[in-house]
Amino acid sequence: MKSTAELIGADPGWIILVKAALVFIVCVVLTIMSVWGERRIVARMQQRVGPNRVGKFGLIQALADGVKLALKEDLIPAAADKVVFILAPIISATTCFMAFAVIPMTGEVSLFGQTTAMQLTDIPVGVLYVLAIASVGVYGIVLAGWASGSTYPLLGGLRSSAQVISYEIAMGLSLVTVFIYSGSMSTSDIVAAQGKWWYAVVLFPSFVIYCIAMVGETNRAPFDLAEAEGELVGGFHTEYSSLKFALFFLAEYVNIIAVSALATTLFLGGYHAIPGFGFTESWLGGWFTLFWFFLKVLFFFFIFVWLRGTLPRLRYDQFMQFGWKVLIPVSILWILVVATLRLLSMQGAPRFVIVGFAVGVVIIIMAINILFENAKNKKKNSPVAESAIPSFAVPELPSHVSSINVSQKGGDHA
Amino acid sequence: MPEQIEPITPREISVNDVPFAQVEQNGPKGFFDQLKGFWVTFATMFKKVNTVQYPEVKEPTAERFHGRHQLNRHEDGLEKCIGCELCAWACPADAILVEGDNNTEENRMSPGERYGKVYQINYLRCIFCGLCIEACPTRALTMTNEYELADDTREKLIFEKGDLLAPLTQGMLMPPHPMYPGMDDSNYYRGEVKGSHPSQDINK
Repeated sequence: MKSTAELIGADPGWIILVKAALVFIVCVVLTIMSVWGERRIVARMQQRVGPNRVGKFGLIQALADGVKLALKEDLIPAAADKVVFILAPIISATTCFMAFAVIPMTGEVSLFGQTTAMQLTDIPVGVLYVLAIASVGVYGIVLAGWASGSTYPLLGGLRSSAQVISYEIAMGLSLVTVFIYSGSMSTSDIVAAQGKWWYAVVLFPSFVIYCIAMVGETNRAPFDLAEAEGELVGGFHTEYSSLKFALFFLAEYVNIIAVSALATTLFLGGYHAIPGFGFTESWLGGWFTLFWFFLKVLFFFFIFVWLRGTLPRLRYDQFMQFGWKVLIPVSILWILVVATLRLLSMQGAPRFVIVGFAVGVVIIIMAINILFENAKNKKKNSPVAESAIPSFAVPELPSHVSSINVSQKGGDHA
Repeated sequence: MPEQIEPITPREISVNDVPFAQVEQNGPKGFFDQLKGFWVTFATMFKKVNTVQYPEVKEPTAERFHGRHQLNRHEDGLEKCIGCELCAWACPADAILVEGDNNTEENRMSPGERYGKVYQINYLRCIFCGLCIEACPTRALTMTNEYELADDTREKLIFEKGDLLAPLTQGMLMPPHPMYPGMDDSNYYRGEVKGSHPSQDINK
């Protein structure tokens, strides 16, 4: 059997075009459906019904909203940098689609008589390419904030850039362990390497860190500080209207789908069936794997919606502290542990050495945790020093003030 | 000489004697406590929704809901409104306009001397407080439970007497017509007229 890279490499040009169109259509349709799905699910979480008027179950509500947006007046503020203002949503909308090029959606299938796989291209550094594209996508947000010539968009854009840079580090680090285990950065190879065990199980801490980082990366609740409507009006897209706003809207949802698809590929075995259903992979000539792929992507999408329905927005400093002081150090430590284990097993170290190392790491972590908790409790229980005179100026308490003189006679009635 | 007001005696416990409340700092909750929130939203998805599918499904209002006004009639069809304008005077939003006129033997709209010739309620001004209903001495003006009052012009939202009058029911005759024979206006107000008399039907 040929590898996916060889399979795709043999594609004629027209098949590549068909696949590109399919990827685009899938992204747009998924976006429209997911906007509708999100509104329905969040509504149910709040004991509401959600959109149910346009079409059956309100299914084409998002489409109707899109048409409405496109027909609205397109404003460009006088203070805006016109070229950059127009360029920004285009950057956002194009980059988000590009990430999908390397996502393997099915195994070996037959498309118009050609044996191929539903993956537009397979490059040896596929995952790095996705990360790079995601970073370019931030330019859309930053430039939108900057070019608007307005305060709140600028703040939103700055927040967003700081946020995405911070969480991209954690995200990249969480992927390193996947590279170490699979020995490849190509998405199809990583999927193939998960034939036996999903990396969500083997590399559970990485999976958790990736899941948190991908929420931060896509500017979604509870990390939607870039468009915190209570603080920044609409954030970076405050000044945008009509189709340009629609492009940002589209980009946000395609981004969510893209990071979900990447999480599926890297941690949940990609297009492979869930354990115990392996026999379904050959159904419909292999096309049934598409079902498993989208099932997993939609699972992640549901998590996104669930988070939005449950958690309040974080404060900016807490958010940054969480990224830099928790996620990044933990990922680095985890990489060290995984790399050591991997090296030990590859060099054929005896089993007791590997187990001993793992047990040692667990004991050290537990010891650190106990010490940390003890220190915290000590600090909590230590009596606060009662200083009689504070070092700073304090206004006198009202009970000591003698100059306030409320009339005791009930006023003058004479 | 005005009466001397007793000096204010200090209360037994003054506000300033109460020590500052000790606010209990619970600190961050444990990890599993924080996960409870996720269960709340997840479980809510399977609860019955509160939404009423309004234009298709209409839930009855509360019994005493303040809706559109209605000008009631006596049992023989004569109007209860006597054109006294008390409702217009009671109205805090100045939404009611009443012009009374004298009843004559040829043109009798209500028992007694006067009737409401012009009666308008402006629903752009009305705040549905019900003070007009409290002011009405003859229970001519009451409120229905009808709440679908939206419209697209200002003119349509000024309701005339014809829009507000209660419909004729069984045994009622369309005024103008004479009073029930042998009854005067006080009999009407006491509710002693239980229906119309054949002699009242002047069109026959």
